[in-house]
Amino acid sequence: MSRRVRVNPIACEAHGICAELLPERVTLDEWGYPIVDERTLHGEELEHARRAARACPTLALLLERERSRTAAS
Amino acid sequence: MSSSAPTAELHAAAPDDTVAGLPRLLAGVHGERALTLSEHVSVHGELPTVAGGGRSRSRARSRRLIEEVEASGLRGCGGGGFPAGTKLRSVAAARGRPVVVVNAVEAEPPSSKDRTLLELAPHLVLDGAVLAAEALGADEAVVAIGEHAGGSAASAYAAIEERSHGGEHGRVALTLASVAGGYVAGQESALISGLEGREALPTFTPPLPFERGLRRRPTLVNNAETLAHLALIARHGAGWFRRLGTEAHPGSTLLTLSGPVAYPGVYEIEAGASLTSLIDAAGGTTAGVRGVLTGGYAGSWAPAAAIDELMLSREQLAGAGASFGAGIVVLLSAETCPVAETSRLARWLAGESARQCGPCVHGLDAISGAVEAVAAGAREQPSAQRLRTLSSLAAGRGACAHPDGAVRVIASALRAFAPEFEDHSRGGPCERCRAASELPLPHRAGRRATGRP
Repeated sequence: MSRRVRVNPIACEAHGICAELLPERVTLDEWGYPIVDERTLHGEELEHARRAARACPTLALLLERERSRTAAS
Repeated sequence: MSSSAPTAELHAAAPDDTVAGLPRLLAGVHGERALTLSEHVSVHGELPTVAGGGRSRSRARSRRLIEEVEASGLRGCGGGGFPAGTKLRSVAAARGRPVVVVNAVEAEPPSSKDRTLLELAPHLVLDGAVLAAEALGADEAVVAIGEHAGGSAASAYAAIEERSHGGEHGRVALTLASVAGGYVAGQESALISGLEGREALPTFTPPLPFERGLRRRPTLVNNAETLAHLALIARHGAGWFRRLGTEAHPGSTLLTLSGPVAYPGVYEIEAGASLTSLIDAAGGTTAGVRGVLTGGYAGSWAPAAAIDELMLSREQLAGAGASFGAGIVVLLSAETCPVAETSRLARWLAGESARQCGPCVHGLDAISGAVEAVAAGAREQPSAQRLRTLSSLAAGRGACAHPDGAVRVIASALRAFAPEFEDHSRGGPCERCRAASELPLPHRAGRRATGRP
């Protein structure tokens, strides 16, 4: 099953650990909040993403199953 | 047709006086008093039956109503413009007994159409809520109003009482609930938080309300005007609905018009009517016009030169780089400074962040600071590239669309008033910068000062 990372922006407190553990997918903006590449994770990226998600102090980095997002107003 | 009293908030005008079949939502409304239930029934006819008469028949009628709404092309009138039929179908397909929420919070300061509709034609909104509830098998509908509901609160309350005494709608329990909160309180997930007794702040999704909303039940959140249209579609059908409007934006629509016109207020027009016909219906302009804001504070600005070209439908405004939003048109007069207005609006929007998401808190604050520096002609000013960078850092990175809307409206102001921004950037404030704000930017008592780092 394909997975991707996503940030819960409400939970995120800009600790920045995700950018250290998953640099291939996460960079930090000028205030320290993650800018995440939400495309499908491949190979060892997936393992790095799992580790980053576990290490986030506020559990704001999510490993999501890909599904078509439903829009609603 | 329209009321002529200059103080009346409400005008149901067919813009060029040749459009047959208007008003629809405001039919029978005179003056500032709500239609009683019996007046409402004599204008619109009895509420059609959806539920009852055996399970299979009621299921077939529910299906037919949802199909009719889909065929009508009705979209949400609260700003999002999501197809109403699709939303109904999503809630119908979710697991559990659904609940209906009528969103009449109307947190956009320049909008008063939902309040006006609920105040003058409350039974049409309630009809829509009852019909949607029955189509979904819901036994409960909550009418959610905001802090500044004014006369619409009493009107909605009286209308609910009137129906329960008549015993007409024992089939769906109607309640009224007030939700306190700021600009983002009308956002769906925030509204549900507010109704559950928490602060009315947006939540992280999924789940969206249609899957798990009020008290964890599948929840249909529809704008008050959307449900009023639904009540008419249930009576007259999709074909009737499409007799007015454009292919992509069928029907009539409520608009709140403000600024230097003789009769600012709420108008029901045919979707796709020209902005000039609306201005004419409002008695024409009373001062020079510098620009026009469509769609509200998440919408977009256009310079005065564009006014003659704007047509008031979702797709026509979008095609012109403008937005329809919740049906808001604000004319900015030539008496005020558009740069100062934008600068104050940017600061207000930054202040209306729910302060939950870092990129929104920091991004909107930085953008506002940048606009202020340009407006003041400060020695150190942000480059255009810097403003673009800040915009891209704020937009799309919050739990709700507030930063996206704020970025859009500010960027559109920078484009629409480019010469004025250029002048301020070089020469500092102009003489009109000190004029009182024309844009309503309400100060909220008890605004939380705390926030994120």
